[in-house]
Amino acid sequence: MKSYFKTAWEALLTVFIGMKVTFKHLFVPAVTIQYPDVKLQLPERERNRLYVNIDDCIGCDQCARACPVSCITIETVKGLPSEDLGKTSGGKKKALWVTKFDIDFAKCCYCQLCVFPCPTECIYMTDVYEFSEYERENLIYDFVTLTPEEREQKKANYARFEAEKAAEKAAAAAAKVAAPKTEENKG
Amino acid sequence: MIYDFFHNLTGSYFIADIIQAILPLFFFILPFALFAVWWERKVSAHMQDRLGPMRVGYHGALQTIADILKLFQKEDIVAKDIDKPLFNLAPVLVFIGSYGVFAAIPFTSAYIGANIDLGVFYIVAVSGLAVAGILMAGWASNNKYSLLGAMRSAAQMVSYEIPTILVIVSIVMITGTLNLNTLSEMQTGHFWNWMILGGPGFGIAKFLFIPFMILGFLIIYISTLAEVNRVPFDIPEAESELVAGYHTEYSGMKFAMFFLAEYANMFAVSAIVAALFFGGYQSPIGYLGNLLNAHWLIPIEQLFWFTAKGLFFVFVQMWLRWTLPRLRVDQLMETCWKYLIPIAFVDLIIVGLITVL
Amino acid sequence: MSVEIENNKETQNGIKTEQMVLNLGPQHPSTHGVLRLELELEGEIITKVTPHIGYLHRCFEKHAEAMTYPQVVPYTDRMDYLSAMYNEFGYALAVEKLLGIELPERVEYIRVIMGEFQRIASHLVAIGTYGLDIGAFTPFLYCFRDRERILSLFEKTCGARLLYNYIWVGGLSHDLHPDFVREAKEFVKYFKPNIKELNDLLTMNKIFIERTANVGVLPVETAINYGISGPNLRASGLKWDIRKNDPYSVYHKFDFDIPVGKNDIGTVGDSWNRYYIRVLEMEQSLRIIEQALEQIPEGDVTSAIPKRIKPPVGQVYSRVENPKGELGYFIISNGSTSPFRVKVKGPSFVHLGVLNELCKGRMVADVIAILGSIDIVLGEVDR
Repeated sequence: MKSYFKTAWEALLTVFIGMKVTFKHLFVPAVTIQYPDVKLQLPERERNRLYVNIDDCIGCDQCARACPVSCITIETVKGLPSEDLGKTSGGKKKALWVTKFDIDFAKCCYCQLCVFPCPTECIYMTDVYEFSEYERENLIYDFVTLTPEEREQKKANYARFEAEKAAEKAAAAAAKVAAPKTEENKG
Repeated sequence: MIYDFFHNLTGSYFIADIIQAILPLFFFILPFALFAVWWERKVSAHMQDRLGPMRVGYHGALQTIADILKLFQKEDIVAKDIDKPLFNLAPVLVFIGSYGVFAAIPFTSAYIGANIDLGVFYIVAVSGLAVAGILMAGWASNNKYSLLGAMRSAAQMVSYEIPTILVIVSIVMITGTLNLNTLSEMQTGHFWNWMILGGPGFGIAKFLFIPFMILGFLIIYISTLAEVNRVPFDIPEAESELVAGYHTEYSGMKFAMFFLAEYANMFAVSAIVAALFFGGYQSPIGYLGNLLNAHWLIPIEQLFWFTAKGLFFVFVQMWLRWTLPRLRVDQLMETCWKYLIPIAFVDLIIVGLITVL
Repeated sequence: MSVEIENNKETQNGIKTEQMVLNLGPQHPSTHGVLRLELELEGEIITKVTPHIGYLHRCFEKHAEAMTYPQVVPYTDRMDYLSAMYNEFGYALAVEKLLGIELPERVEYIRVIMGEFQRIASHLVAIGTYGLDIGAFTPFLYCFRDRERILSLFEKTCGARLLYNYIWVGGLSHDLHPDFVREAKEFVKYFKPNIKELNDLLTMNKIFIERTANVGVLPVETAINYGISGPNLRASGLKWDIRKNDPYSVYHKFDFDIPVGKNDIGTVGDSWNRYYIRVLEMEQSLRIIEQALEQIPEGDVTSAIPKRIKPPVGQVYSRVENPKGELGYFIISNGSTSPFRVKVKGPSFVHLGVLNELCKGRMVADVIAILGSIDIVLGEVDR
């Protein structure tokens, strides 16, 4: 019998205590912000969309190798010895033309593993998070600033250079083969 | 006064009667239902430290209108093997069950929809129509979970009518009338003449009544919470429970009718509790009209007090919704049959004894 | 309120009855992820519960075989996404055991602080969503508001709110933000009264107690037989916590209690106790954080990170106390830069197995209450 009244009394009491808590919260100011009109200031280490400063990139492929989901694709082509590709902002001389530097942001998991291995710190994460697209292909960002013709030209240059070198080597080897024969003929 | 106005306008008692009875529907309850939806969202938001609707209109005031417009243009999806007449009739019955009650509630001393001598009896009877509507909705949906939900809901509403009636009977024993208008007029004067504080008249009986009146008020408030399917008794509407509710198969305008009927019902039961225990439309502190000798001001003040009391009880219902968890079905029934009904019965007997002696 | 089920299908009048099969489908607001439960009902009483999992399988263990050791860390985050720091912690400890390297003390302290903050965040989600399942809408929002403060602490340190890639093999990716210690102390001061408020609103509420006390009682022998660990085991009465019984990192330096289930409200091992242990654990985590913030030494957090992680041939099993239970990593190394096999013992997977035992003889509405109290995360169940 006693537990009957105890239950009823406890029920009523805990209901009133709960009501007091929610009533106090009526006067607490809201903790939310009105998003599209007001945006939060994100901290400096924030990890959102990547950015690549292609002028500093030396094409070492470290970031592509570090990425766990293989979202970075890099293709490079050696520069000709006569060309001057310029220096990175740290003073290093560049030796490779970067003809393809694609990052697929649909695959990127925003883990920041690509930022640490970069020797020139040219790839880093910004705080841009509003970059949705309607088509999935639009999320493949191409960071190279060369035009497609220039890229073909670099590749063609290097292929020609290699072909010339190979031809020279072949000619030198043929000359070497021919030379001892004449010496033998002489001697 | 309004009755005479319509009578002069149309020249027939019958039409004047009808118009007078359905006036509160369009001018008070429908706007109230629209207001209540917005208010619930705002109250819940502020209790949860957030803001609620803010974009549509000033602080989201037009949000409900936008929602209603959306519901209007929704496709009325009907499942294949439903029972068409019952399916279409169910929301209408539930609607009538909620709105029909307002004909007998005294809004102000100069206007009451229909001055029925059996006011309270009529109210309890008409609210029972909603039970029939819910059962129809569950059966006609051709969905075994809807049927289960509807049966539970019907059982809940029918069981909780009993403590309500017991408490109403105890009030009727003190005052001797079933007419809500007379009940409200009996509680004139200041707030110490209200039923919750023992009723009009002065004497030892008044003070003896007070604890039992408070107990009766608590019982009837809890029972009417269950009648309108609000938390903690909202099993029929709960989304996170397994069994779907009786209105799962409804969409568009029919769903809107269920929805609006719920808010109107909330106000109806708040108004009844206010009329029974808290003096109806009477002011607790005297009338400004009397002070300024402007007697035409009094009915308007009374309307204001009536609305304020009703709104306060609706606010407490919303407050409870956002504070308490849900009861399980068997615990719900246990609360009613093992706790509320015996306590209400004992309350009734003691009140009766005090009245007689 | 249990009921004995008779297995004979014919009643006295010779009427045949059938068991009804109800599907609590993969998309349902109360099943903490994509979990499909098949309930066999006899009227309103449950006779059997079969969980069907695999809807969130993302081949973590297969991926780990193709990645190098540092590259596996983002994948470990995504298993139990609500307590990502601890997943990384467990993996880092396992690989460091294989490598046999010594860590600077500052690294150990920071890992413990982050882990305990993550424990509070994970328990806040568990408590909030449990209240939501039972029907109380407001504690959910209060819990998430507090969790936001923890997540913004994490955001300041490593840049991400949920999947951190912070605890690396051999150290950490960044040192603490200069404001971290001050803000963490402010948070501890801010959070203590909120736990009391939560108790007022939800824990001690009679309706909540009625819904969860004596529901889904797990006796301690059954718990040990099924391999339950973490708060669920402690709620059944056994005082077992890997931080005290098999200490790792610097936990032996801190002074904290292990809350155990009691009999005052409900019985030992019921849903209310499982829920209440989590609330008490949050308080203990606050104690650990306070002590760690006082004792944290200076140092360099990246100095011990090896340039190339190539552990010697061997295997290791190492376990940590995840907020959900005992998280174990079994790593086999064949001497290359990629692990040969990473097997994860996820606590939620094991706990899901005991659901059938707990739900027998209860009503349908209790399944939600029991499932919420066990606190599973489908990311860890399916990996």
